[in-house]
Amino acid sequence: MIEFHSVTKRFPDGTLAVDDFSLILPSHKTTVFVGTSGSGKTTLLRMINRMVDPTSGSIEIDGADIATLEPVKLRRGIGYVMQNSGLLPHRRVIDNVATVPMLRGMPKKKARDEALQLLDTVGLDRSLANRYPSQLSGGQQQRVGVARGLAVNPNILLMDEPFGAVDPIVRAELQQELLRLQQELGKTVVFVTHDIDEAFLLGDRVVILRTGGKVAQVGSPADILANPIDEFVATFVGADRGKRALHVENYGDGDVVVDETGRLAGVLVGERSTAASPAAGAVSAGTVSASEKSKAGLRAPGASAQGGDSQ
Amino acid sequence: MSFLTETLAWLVDPANWVGAGGIPTRLAQHLLFTLVTLLVAALIAVPIGFLIGHTGRGRGLAVALSGAFRAIPTLGLLTLVGLWVGIGLNAPYVALTVLAIPPILAGAYTGFEAIDRKIIDAARAVGMSEAQIVQKVELPLGLPLLIGGFRSATLQVVATATLAAYIADFGLGRYLFEGLRIRDYGEMLGGSILVILLAIVSEGVFALVQKLVVPRGVTAGLPTDIRDGSSRSRPVMEPTIKEGNSHVHSK
Repeated sequence: MIEFHSVTKRFPDGTLAVDDFSLILPSHKTTVFVGTSGSGKTTLLRMINRMVDPTSGSIEIDGADIATLEPVKLRRGIGYVMQNSGLLPHRRVIDNVATVPMLRGMPKKKARDEALQLLDTVGLDRSLANRYPSQLSGGQQQRVGVARGLAVNPNILLMDEPFGAVDPIVRAELQQELLRLQQELGKTVVFVTHDIDEAFLLGDRVVILRTGGKVAQVGSPADILANPIDEFVATFVGADRGKRALHVENYGDGDVVVDETGRLAGVLVGERSTAASPAAGAVSAGTVSASEKSKAGLRAPGASAQGGDSQ
Repeated sequence: MSFLTETLAWLVDPANWVGAGGIPTRLAQHLLFTLVTLLVAALIAVPIGFLIGHTGRGRGLAVALSGAFRAIPTLGLLTLVGLWVGIGLNAPYVALTVLAIPPILAGAYTGFEAIDRKIIDAARAVGMSEAQIVQKVELPLGLPLLIGGFRSATLQVVATATLAAYIADFGLGRYLFEGLRIRDYGEMLGGSILVILLAIVSEGVFALVQKLVVPRGVTAGLPTDIRDGSSRSRPVMEPTIKEGNSHVHSK
């Protein structure tokens, strides 16, 4: 469990990145910080492993104030995955993954054996182990980055826009991989993104931030879509427009869901039927907005695969 | 023309290849002097350069000081220090060390500065201490530029070490000063040619070393890299890798 208590960060140049931020991030869940640039989301993330120290306020991990912990030691116990992978270009893939365990004193052979297993975990072929990062594709590099983040088997995994620099198709793959991994591993994941679709897809809890590190709204994706707290949130999540503003149209025996542009978004498969309609495969929106939520479930299996193309 | 024949005659005269004033001895002195000078300059410049490159602080001061150091006329400094510490090798050591510091300093900090900040940031974020960042990340990645600094320092010292003979019976410069004094232009030119050859050889050696210290992963995946042609820069790859693609994702 990670707790922010009235955390404020003002950078030396006077920028107020985070303003009186308080939040409890539950264990074994994925919390997503989402906001535009300048919303302080990355600053919040980097305060958790003391890459940035707050100007005032405190952060606790499982009850321990991290200000009292030695930064290097703290970081070695927390997984960190960033945009552009941040791999060491002069080390082979396997050595990149084994870096942190070896810093913690694990013998080289054991660290490398475990690194190979981690390549399996993140879905990379072991034949890539002896390549250098520059010989991998962007998606492969990100997978190595995730493997490195998991290498010390941390409770906490920090992810700073990890899929921001890969193309939409690879991003969708990586998102699905992360969901699968998270189901297996149950880490406390803190994920930063500016992509609201990614946030809704991956987050158990989504924290929407305004400029200056102020919380606009916190809740599950459904909560936020159903009850956006104000105009800012409604606009940001797109509940009032485009493909998220869905409505039901009745066609003979069944109800179909249509977005604002008239595009077919899926079918309503309420109490009468639980099977997904073939038509649902073409769906690209993930969630039904407030008025249609009720008891009916929108089956949209293809939804997540299109996460990147909404804006 | 007569200069050239005189020079050739001087160079092949067996008498010039033996004894305390012989070419091998003077060459060895010259080399030793260069090595010691570079070593002392490195002991001063490398730690300071690493500190500047790692912290990003003090760069302006280093640039200004390096510029000032470079502007000092070496012969003037040599004379000044010579007057102060007396005849002998101490004055040339001081003057030439001052000459060698700026390029090594610049090589050390630019080597660190040229590294992508994201790589350093990532290394810190996964839990490397500052010393480990220097040792395991910045040093290997910054080494080619540091060697480049040594390369230009060496060139300057090899050439300028001739001045040591101005106030000491030492090195290849002796032939220049002696030849000038007794108007033996064959000896002068012969000495100059030896210095030039030494400079060219050291350039070649450093060019090779500089190429060898580029980390494999940095050249890997760059098929059109100018360093190509050396078999070493070709990484061991699976035969299936498409090089045309692999460089697209590299930095």
